[in-house]
Amino acid sequence: MLVWLTLICLTGLTTGVSYVDLGWMNIVVALFIAVSKASLVAWIFMGVRHTTSLTKLFVVAGLVWLSIMILVTFSDYSSRSWTYQAQPWSHNAAGGKSR
Amino acid sequence: MAETVTPVHEAALEHTRLRHHFATPAQQMDAATLGMWTFLITEVLFFGGMFASYAVYRNLYLDAFASTSEYMNVVLGGTNTAVLICSSLTMVLAVRAAQLSNRRHTTLFLILTMIFGTTFLVIKGFEYHSKWVEHLVPGFNFHYALPQYQQHAQILFFLYFMMTGMHALHMIVGLGLLTYLLVQTSRRVFSASYFAPMEMIGLYWHFVDIVWIFLFPLLYLIGHRR
Repeated sequence: MLVWLTLICLTGLTTGVSYVDLGWMNIVVALFIAVSKASLVAWIFMGVRHTTSLTKLFVVAGLVWLSIMILVTFSDYSSRSWTYQAQPWSHNAAGGKSR
Repeated sequence: MAETVTPVHEAALEHTRLRHHFATPAQQMDAATLGMWTFLITEVLFFGGMFASYAVYRNLYLDAFASTSEYMNVVLGGTNTAVLICSSLTMVLAVRAAQLSNRRHTTLFLILTMIFGTTFLVIKGFEYHSKWVEHLVPGFNFHYALPQYQQHAQILFFLYFMMTGMHALHMIVGLGLLTYLLVQTSRRVFSASYFAPMEMIGLYWHFVDIVWIFLFPLLYLIGHRR
Protein backbone atom coordinates (compact mmCIF):
# COMPACT_ATOMS: atom_id res chain seq x y z
CA MET A 1 0.00 0.00 0.00
CA LEU A 2 2.87 2.26 0.86
CA VAL A 3 4.40 1.47 -2.50
CA TRP A 4 1.15 2.41 -4.22
CA LEU A 5 1.03 5.71 -2.36
CA THR A 6 4.63 6.46 -3.30
CA LEU A 7 3.91 5.71 -6.94
CA ILE A 8 0.89 8.02 -6.97
CA CYS A 9 2.91 10.80 -5.36
CA LEU A 10 5.72 10.36 -7.88
CA THR A 11 3.18 10.62 -10.69
CA GLY A 12 1.90 13.89 -9.26
CA LEU A 13 5.47 15.08 -8.85
CA THR A 14 6.47 14.30 -12.40
CA THR A 15 3.41 16.12 -13.71
CA GLY A 16 4.00 19.13 -11.49
CA VAL A 17 7.67 19.39 -12.33
CA SER A 18 6.88 19.44 -16.04
CA TYR A 19 5.27 22.84 -15.52
CA VAL A 20 8.49 24.26 -14.11
CA ASP A 21 11.10 25.35 -16.62
CA LEU A 22 14.41 23.75 -15.76
CA GLY A 23 15.73 23.81 -19.30
CA TRP A 24 17.46 20.60 -20.27
CA MET A 25 17.12 19.34 -16.70
CA ASN A 26 13.42 18.77 -17.31
CA ILE A 27 13.99 15.56 -19.22
CA VAL A 28 16.59 14.38 -16.70
CA VAL A 29 14.21 14.87 -13.77
CA ALA A 30 11.31 13.29 -15.66
CA LEU A 31 13.37 10.24 -16.57
CA PHE A 32 14.78 10.00 -13.06
CA ILE A 33 11.29 9.92 -11.59
CA ALA A 34 10.13 7.42 -14.22
CA VAL A 35 13.08 5.14 -13.48
CA SER A 36 12.34 5.33 -9.74
CA LYS A 37 8.71 4.42 -10.32
CA ALA A 38 9.65 1.56 -12.62
CA SER A 39 12.21 0.30 -10.12
CA LEU A 40 9.64 0.38 -7.34
CA VAL A 41 7.20 -1.61 -9.43
CA ALA A 42 9.85 -4.10 -10.49
CA TRP A 43 11.46 -4.57 -7.12
CA ILE A 44 8.37 -4.83 -4.97
CA PHE A 45 5.23 -5.36 -7.06
CA MET A 46 6.92 -7.78 -9.41
CA GLY A 47 8.82 -9.44 -6.62
CA VAL A 48 12.30 -9.15 -8.07
CA ARG A 49 13.58 -8.83 -4.53
CA HIS A 50 12.48 -12.42 -3.91
CA THR A 51 13.86 -13.93 -7.08
CA THR A 52 17.01 -15.97 -7.55
CA SER A 53 20.29 -14.26 -8.41
CA LEU A 54 20.04 -15.72 -11.89
CA THR A 55 16.72 -14.01 -12.51
CA LYS A 56 18.08 -10.73 -11.20
CA LEU A 57 20.99 -11.14 -13.61
CA PHE A 58 18.56 -11.61 -16.50
CA VAL A 59 16.71 -8.43 -15.57
CA VAL A 60 19.95 -6.45 -15.42
CA ALA A 61 21.09 -8.01 -18.70
CA GLY A 62 17.90 -6.86 -20.41
CA LEU A 63 18.57 -3.31 -19.26
CA VAL A 64 22.17 -3.56 -20.42
CA TRP A 65 21.08 -4.57 -23.93
CA LEU A 66 18.56 -1.74 -23.98
CA SER A 67 21.25 0.75 -23.08
CA ILE A 68 23.55 -0.69 -25.76
CA MET A 69 20.84 -0.12 -28.34
CA ILE A 70 20.18 3.43 -27.24
CA LEU A 71 23.84 4.42 -26.84
CA VAL A 72 24.96 2.96 -30.16
CA THR A 73 22.00 4.46 -32.02
CA PHE A 74 22.74 7.85 -30.52
CA SER A 75 26.42 7.68 -31.34
CA ASP A 76 25.52 6.75 -34.90
CA TYR A 77 23.37 9.83 -35.31
CA SER A 78 25.71 12.21 -33.57
CA SER A 79 28.66 11.13 -35.66
CA ARG A 80 26.88 11.54 -38.97
CA SER A 81 28.54 14.86 -39.62
CA TRP A 82 32.05 13.52 -39.15
CA THR A 83 34.01 12.93 -42.32
CA TYR A 84 37.21 11.06 -42.99
CA GLN A 85 40.64 12.49 -42.40
CA ALA A 86 42.39 11.95 -45.73
CA GLN A 87 45.68 10.09 -45.36
CA PRO A 88 48.24 9.67 -48.16
CA TRP A 89 47.28 6.03 -48.43
CA SER A 90 43.50 6.54 -48.26
CA HIS A 91 41.37 6.83 -51.37
CA ASN A 92 38.75 9.14 -49.90
CA ALA A 93 38.49 12.45 -51.62
CA ALA A 94 36.95 14.24 -48.63
CA GLY A 95 39.50 15.75 -46.31
CA GLY A 96 39.40 16.97 -42.78
CA LYS A 97 37.21 16.18 -39.83
CA SER A 98 34.38 18.64 -39.77
CA ARG A 99 33.29 18.40 -36.15
CA MET B 1 24.83 -28.77 -9.76
CA ALA B 2 26.50 -30.67 -6.97
CA GLU B 3 23.50 -30.83 -4.63
CA THR B 4 21.12 -33.74 -5.00
CA VAL B 5 17.47 -33.22 -4.20
CA THR B 6 15.45 -36.20 -3.07
CA PRO B 7 12.27 -36.46 -5.12
CA VAL B 8 9.17 -36.09 -2.94
CA HIS B 9 6.34 -38.57 -2.97
CA GLU B 10 3.96 -37.90 -5.86
CA ALA B 11 0.65 -37.93 -4.04
CA ALA B 12 1.73 -35.22 -1.64
CA LEU B 13 2.55 -32.99 -4.56
CA GLU B 14 -0.69 -33.40 -6.49
CA HIS B 15 -1.91 -29.93 -5.59
CA THR B 16 1.38 -28.33 -6.51
CA ARG B 17 1.12 -29.54 -10.10
CA LEU B 18 4.77 -30.49 -9.98
CA ARG B 19 5.94 -31.65 -13.36
CA HIS B 20 8.24 -34.63 -13.54
CA HIS B 21 11.25 -32.73 -14.84
CA PHE B 22 11.43 -30.53 -11.76
CA ALA B 23 12.80 -31.71 -8.45
CA THR B 24 10.77 -29.46 -6.14
CA PRO B 25 7.85 -27.04 -6.52
CA ALA B 26 10.17 -24.20 -5.53
CA GLN B 27 12.49 -25.03 -8.39
CA GLN B 28 9.52 -25.16 -10.76
CA MET B 29 8.45 -21.72 -9.57
CA ASP B 30 11.96 -20.35 -10.04
CA ALA B 31 12.10 -21.77 -13.55
CA ALA B 32 8.73 -20.26 -14.42
CA THR B 33 9.81 -16.89 -13.05
CA LEU B 34 13.04 -16.94 -15.01
CA GLY B 35 11.19 -17.90 -18.17
CA MET B 36 8.66 -15.11 -17.73
CA TRP B 37 11.40 -12.56 -17.12
CA THR B 38 13.21 -13.73 -20.25
CA PHE B 39 10.07 -12.96 -22.22
CA LEU B 40 9.73 -9.61 -20.47
CA ILE B 41 13.24 -8.52 -21.38
CA THR B 42 12.46 -9.29 -25.03
CA GLU B 43 9.47 -6.99 -24.58
CA VAL B 44 11.78 -4.37 -23.06
CA LEU B 45 13.81 -4.41 -26.24
CA PHE B 46 10.66 -4.42 -28.36
CA PHE B 47 9.39 -1.22 -26.79
CA GLY B 48 12.96 -0.04 -26.36
CA GLY B 49 13.38 0.17 -30.11
CA MET B 50 10.50 2.61 -30.30
CA PHE B 51 11.81 4.55 -27.33
CA ALA B 52 15.20 4.76 -29.03
CA SER B 53 13.68 6.19 -32.20
CA TYR B 54 11.70 8.63 -30.05
CA ALA B 55 14.92 9.70 -28.36
CA VAL B 56 16.72 10.26 -31.64
CA TYR B 57 13.95 12.36 -33.20
CA ARG B 58 13.33 14.31 -30.04
CA ASN B 59 17.01 15.15 -29.97
CA LEU B 60 16.88 16.31 -33.57
CA TYR B 61 13.63 18.25 -33.48
CA LEU B 62 13.18 19.37 -29.89
CA ASP B 63 11.22 22.53 -30.69
CA ALA B 64 8.69 20.72 -32.83
CA PHE B 65 8.30 18.04 -30.18
CA ALA B 66 7.92 20.59 -27.41
CA SER B 67 5.20 22.37 -29.34
CA THR B 68 3.09 19.21 -29.43
CA SER B 69 2.66 19.23 -25.66
CA GLU B 70 -0.32 21.51 -26.01
CA TYR B 71 -2.25 18.87 -27.86
CA MET B 72 -1.63 16.20 -25.27
CA ASN B 73 -4.26 16.05 -22.56
CA VAL B 74 -2.17 15.85 -19.40
CA VAL B 75 -5.23 15.38 -17.20
CA LEU B 76 -6.34 12.30 -19.09
CA GLY B 77 -2.80 11.01 -19.36
CA GLY B 78 -2.12 11.54 -15.68
CA THR B 79 -5.41 9.90 -14.77
CA ASN B 80 -4.52 6.94 -16.93
CA THR B 81 -1.19 6.67 -15.14
CA ALA B 82 -2.94 6.63 -11.78
CA VAL B 83 -5.45 4.09 -13.10
CA LEU B 84 -2.68 1.73 -14.16
CA ILE B 85 -0.83 2.11 -10.88
CA CYS B 86 -4.05 1.20 -9.07
CA SER B 87 -4.47 -1.79 -11.36
CA SER B 88 -0.95 -2.92 -10.45
CA LEU B 89 -1.89 -2.66 -6.80
CA THR B 90 -5.03 -4.74 -7.24
CA MET B 91 -3.03 -7.27 -9.28
CA VAL B 92 -0.52 -7.67 -6.45
CA LEU B 93 -3.40 -8.10 -4.01
CA ALA B 94 -4.98 -10.69 -6.32
CA VAL B 95 -1.77 -12.74 -6.43
CA ARG B 96 -1.46 -12.48 -2.66
CA ALA B 97 -5.06 -13.63 -2.22
CA ALA B 98 -4.33 -16.64 -4.42
CA GLN B 99 -1.26 -17.41 -2.33
CA LEU B 100 -3.47 -17.39 0.74
CA SER B 101 -6.01 -19.67 -0.97
CA ASN B 102 -8.63 -16.92 -0.64
CA ARG B 103 -10.77 -17.53 -3.72
CA ARG B 104 -13.28 -14.78 -3.09
CA HIS B 105 -10.62 -12.08 -2.73
CA THR B 106 -8.72 -13.41 -5.74
CA THR B 107 -11.83 -13.06 -7.87
CA LEU B 108 -12.58 -9.62 -6.45
CA PHE B 109 -9.13 -8.22 -7.09
CA LEU B 110 -8.90 -9.79 -10.54
CA ILE B 111 -12.18 -8.14 -11.50
CA LEU B 112 -10.99 -4.82 -10.06
CA THR B 113 -7.78 -5.08 -12.09
CA MET B 114 -9.81 -5.71 -15.22
CA ILE B 115 -12.06 -2.75 -14.46
CA PHE B 116 -9.02 -0.50 -14.10
CA GLY B 117 -7.55 -1.89 -17.32
CA THR B 118 -10.77 -1.31 -19.22
CA THR B 119 -11.02 2.21 -17.80
CA PHE B 120 -7.55 2.89 -19.14
CA LEU B 121 -8.56 1.70 -22.60
CA VAL B 122 -11.77 3.75 -22.57
CA ILE B 123 -9.88 6.92 -21.66
CA LYS B 124 -7.36 6.11 -24.39
CA GLY B 125 -10.25 5.75 -26.80
CA PHE B 126 -11.46 9.24 -25.95
CA GLU B 127 -7.98 10.63 -26.48
CA TYR B 128 -7.63 8.91 -29.84
CA HIS B 129 -10.99 10.24 -30.90
CA SER B 130 -10.06 13.80 -29.99
CA LYS B 131 -6.80 13.44 -31.91
CA TRP B 132 -8.75 12.26 -34.92
CA VAL B 133 -11.11 15.20 -34.71
CA GLU B 134 -8.22 17.65 -34.43
CA HIS B 135 -6.53 16.28 -37.56
CA LEU B 136 -3.55 15.00 -35.65
CA VAL B 137 -3.47 11.47 -37.03
CA PRO B 138 -0.51 11.11 -39.41
CA GLY B 139 -1.49 9.90 -42.82
CA PHE B 140 -5.16 10.78 -42.37
CA ASN B 141 -5.59 14.43 -43.21
CA PHE B 142 -2.85 15.49 -40.79
CA HIS B 143 -2.78 19.22 -40.34
CA TYR B 144 -0.73 20.95 -37.68
CA ALA B 145 -1.51 24.45 -36.44
CA LEU B 146 2.11 25.58 -36.58
CA PRO B 147 3.17 25.18 -40.21
CA GLN B 148 6.88 25.43 -39.50
CA TYR B 149 6.67 22.27 -37.41
CA GLN B 150 4.22 20.42 -39.63
CA GLN B 151 6.66 17.78 -40.82
CA HIS B 152 8.46 17.16 -37.56
CA ALA B 153 5.42 17.19 -35.33
CA GLN B 154 4.02 14.50 -37.55
CA ILE B 155 6.91 12.31 -36.49
CA LEU B 156 5.97 12.75 -32.88
CA PHE B 157 2.34 11.92 -33.53
CA PHE B 158 3.34 8.88 -35.52
CA LEU B 159 5.45 7.74 -32.56
CA TYR B 160 2.61 8.60 -30.19
CA PHE B 161 0.11 6.41 -32.01
CA MET B 162 2.64 3.67 -32.60
CA MET B 163 3.78 3.44 -28.98
CA THR B 164 0.47 3.95 -27.24
CA GLY B 165 -1.18 1.69 -29.81
CA MET B 166 1.29 -1.09 -29.13
CA HIS B 167 0.83 -0.51 -25.43
CA ALA B 168 -2.96 -0.66 -25.77
CA LEU B 169 -2.61 -3.91 -27.71
CA HIS B 170 -0.60 -5.33 -24.84
CA MET B 171 -3.30 -4.14 -22.43
CA ILE B 172 -5.96 -5.97 -24.44
CA VAL B 173 -3.89 -9.14 -24.40
CA GLY B 174 -3.45 -8.63 -20.67
CA LEU B 175 -7.21 -8.36 -20.21
CA GLY B 176 -7.60 -11.63 -22.09
CA LEU B 177 -5.04 -13.27 -19.80
CA LEU B 178 -6.84 -11.93 -16.75
CA THR B 179 -10.08 -13.43 -18.06
CA TYR B 180 -8.28 -16.77 -18.25
CA LEU B 181 -7.19 -16.32 -14.64
CA LEU B 182 -10.76 -15.53 -13.62
CA VAL B 183 -11.99 -18.71 -15.25
CA GLN B 184 -9.27 -20.76 -13.59
CA THR B 185 -10.01 -19.18 -10.24
CA SER B 186 -13.66 -20.08 -10.56
CA ARG B 187 -12.56 -23.67 -11.14
CA ARG B 188 -10.65 -23.60 -7.86
CA VAL B 189 -7.34 -24.23 -9.58
CA PHE B 190 -5.26 -21.82 -7.51
CA SER B 191 -4.26 -22.26 -3.91
CA ALA B 192 -1.31 -21.79 -1.61
CA SER B 193 0.37 -24.77 -3.21
CA TYR B 194 -0.13 -23.66 -6.82
CA PHE B 195 -0.47 -20.10 -8.00
CA ALA B 196 2.20 -19.84 -10.69
CA PRO B 197 -0.04 -18.56 -13.54
CA MET B 198 -1.33 -15.80 -11.25
CA GLU B 199 2.16 -14.64 -10.48
CA MET B 200 3.40 -14.88 -14.06
CA ILE B 201 0.49 -12.97 -15.55
CA GLY B 202 0.96 -10.52 -12.70
CA LEU B 203 4.51 -9.97 -13.93
CA TYR B 204 3.19 -9.30 -17.44
CA TRP B 205 0.63 -6.83 -16.12
CA HIS B 206 3.22 -4.93 -14.07
CA PHE B 207 5.46 -4.78 -17.10
CA VAL B 208 2.72 -3.16 -19.18
CA ASP B 209 2.31 -0.67 -16.32
CA ILE B 210 6.05 0.09 -16.38
CA VAL B 211 5.94 0.79 -20.11
CA TRP B 212 3.17 3.32 -19.53
CA ILE B 213 5.14 4.88 -16.64
CA PHE B 214 7.81 5.74 -19.19
CA LEU B 215 5.41 6.62 -22.00
CA PHE B 216 3.52 9.20 -19.97
CA PRO B 217 6.30 11.70 -19.20
CA LEU B 218 7.99 11.26 -22.55
CA LEU B 219 4.91 11.77 -24.71
CA TYR B 220 2.74 14.04 -22.62
CA LEU B 221 5.10 16.22 -20.64
CA ILE B 222 7.72 17.18 -23.19
CA GLY B 223 8.12 20.92 -23.22
CA HIS B 224 7.70 23.26 -20.33
CA ARG B 225 4.12 24.27 -20.51
CA ARG B 226 2.79 27.75 -20.25
